[in-house]
Amino acid sequence: MSDIRIDIAQAETGEAGFGDYIALLKPRVMSLVVFTALVGLLVAPGTLHPIEALAAIIFIALGAGASGALNMWWDADIDRVMKRTSKRPIPAGKVAPQEAMALGVALSGISVVMLWLATNALAGFLLAFTIFFYAVIYSMWLKRATPQNIVIGGAAGAFPPVIGWAAVTGSISLEACLMFMLIFMWTPPHFWALALFMKSDYHKARVPMLTVTHGRKATRAHILVYTVALFPFAIAAGFTSIGGPLYLALALGLNLAFLKGAWAIWRRDEAQAESDAYAVEKRVFRFSLAYLFVHFGAILAEAALTQIPRYAEFALQFKLLEVF
Amino acid sequence: MAITREHELHKRRSGRNIGLAIVLVAFIALVFGLTIAKVSGGSTLQAFDHSYRPSLDPDHVRFQQR
Repeated sequence: MSDIRIDIAQAETGEAGFGDYIALLKPRVMSLVVFTALVGLLVAPGTLHPIEALAAIIFIALGAGASGALNMWWDADIDRVMKRTSKRPIPAGKVAPQEAMALGVALSGISVVMLWLATNALAGFLLAFTIFFYAVIYSMWLKRATPQNIVIGGAAGAFPPVIGWAAVTGSISLEACLMFMLIFMWTPPHFWALALFMKSDYHKARVPMLTVTHGRKATRAHILVYTVALFPFAIAAGFTSIGGPLYLALALGLNLAFLKGAWAIWRRDEAQAESDAYAVEKRVFRFSLAYLFVHFGAILAEAALTQIPRYAEFALQFKLLEVF
Repeated sequence: MAITREHELHKRRSGRNIGLAIVLVAFIALVFGLTIAKVSGGSTLQAFDHSYRPSLDPDHVRFQQR
C-alpha cells in the first residue's frame, strides 16, 4: 500500500531521483556504444587532441542516451505491460513521460551540436541520423510493424564505430563500413538467441517478435542464416587497414565457433531445448557477447601493434638526431 | 510535526541537485578544455580589426614573396 502511495506522490510531484534520469539513458547500452565508438576513433588514420577525443566519446554516449530516453518515452505503454520493463522510470511512475521526452530532445540537440563543434560536421550528422533512426524509424515505426524490427533496429547500434571513425577522419571508409556490418549482422543472432530462452511477454504488448509471428523453428533458421551472412564481413575486415594476422586468426576461430553454435541451435527442436533448459541457446548468447568484444578488442590490438613500432622508430630517430 | 523534518523526498531532491551540479561543472570543464585544445591546436589566430594589415593582404604577400 505504502509503495503505491510513494509511486503516485513521485509521479504527481515529478520528484524523481538523479538515478532515475540516468536509467532513462540506458547506461548498459551506452557502455557498448562507448567501447565500439572508442575503437573506431582509436584505429582511424589521423589524430585527434586527447580532449577532443574525450569530448567525442562523451557526446556519442550522450546521443545514445538521448535516443534511449526518447525510446522509453515512446514505448512507455509497452513497457508498462511487459514484466521485464515494468520497473523502468516511466512505467514505475518516477518520471513523467513529457519529462523523458524533453530530456531526450534536449540531450539530442546538445550531443549533436557539441560533437559537431568538437570534431566535424559529418560526425555530428551521423550522430543526429543515429538518434533519428533509433527513436523514429525503429521505436516509432518498425518495432510495432515488422518481425524484422530487430534487424533494422540493429543499424542504430552499429553506427557508433562509424561516428568514432568519422570524428577523426571526417569521412567514411570501407573499414568503417565493415565495423558497421560486423555489429549490424551480429545483432539478429545475438538477440534471437536471447528471445528463444527468455520467454518474454511481447505478445501481450502486441510487439511482432519473430518468435511469436513466425514461430521458434523459423527463428532458429534465421539465427543460422544471419550467422552465415556475418562470416564474410568479419573476415573481410581482417584484410583492410584495421585488420592483421592477429585479428584474422581470432576472427576465423570466433566465426567458426559462432557458426557451430548457430548450427546446433538450428538442429534442435523445442522439446530438446526444454529438456536441457535451453543450455545451447544460453551458451550461444553468452558467446555472442564475447564474440563482439573480442573482435573489437582485436581491431584495437592490431592498431596498437602497428602504432607501437612506428612510435619506437620515431623515438629512435629523434634520439639519433640528438646524438649528432 | 516539525517543519525541519527530513523527508525521503528531500533526500531525493538533494541528490538530484548535487547530480545536476556535477554534470554542469563537468560540462563547463569539458567546454573549457575543448576551447584550449582548439585554440592551441590551430594555426596562428589573427583577428580582423577594421584596419589595413599588410600580412592579411594576399597581393601584398605575393609581392613580398617575389
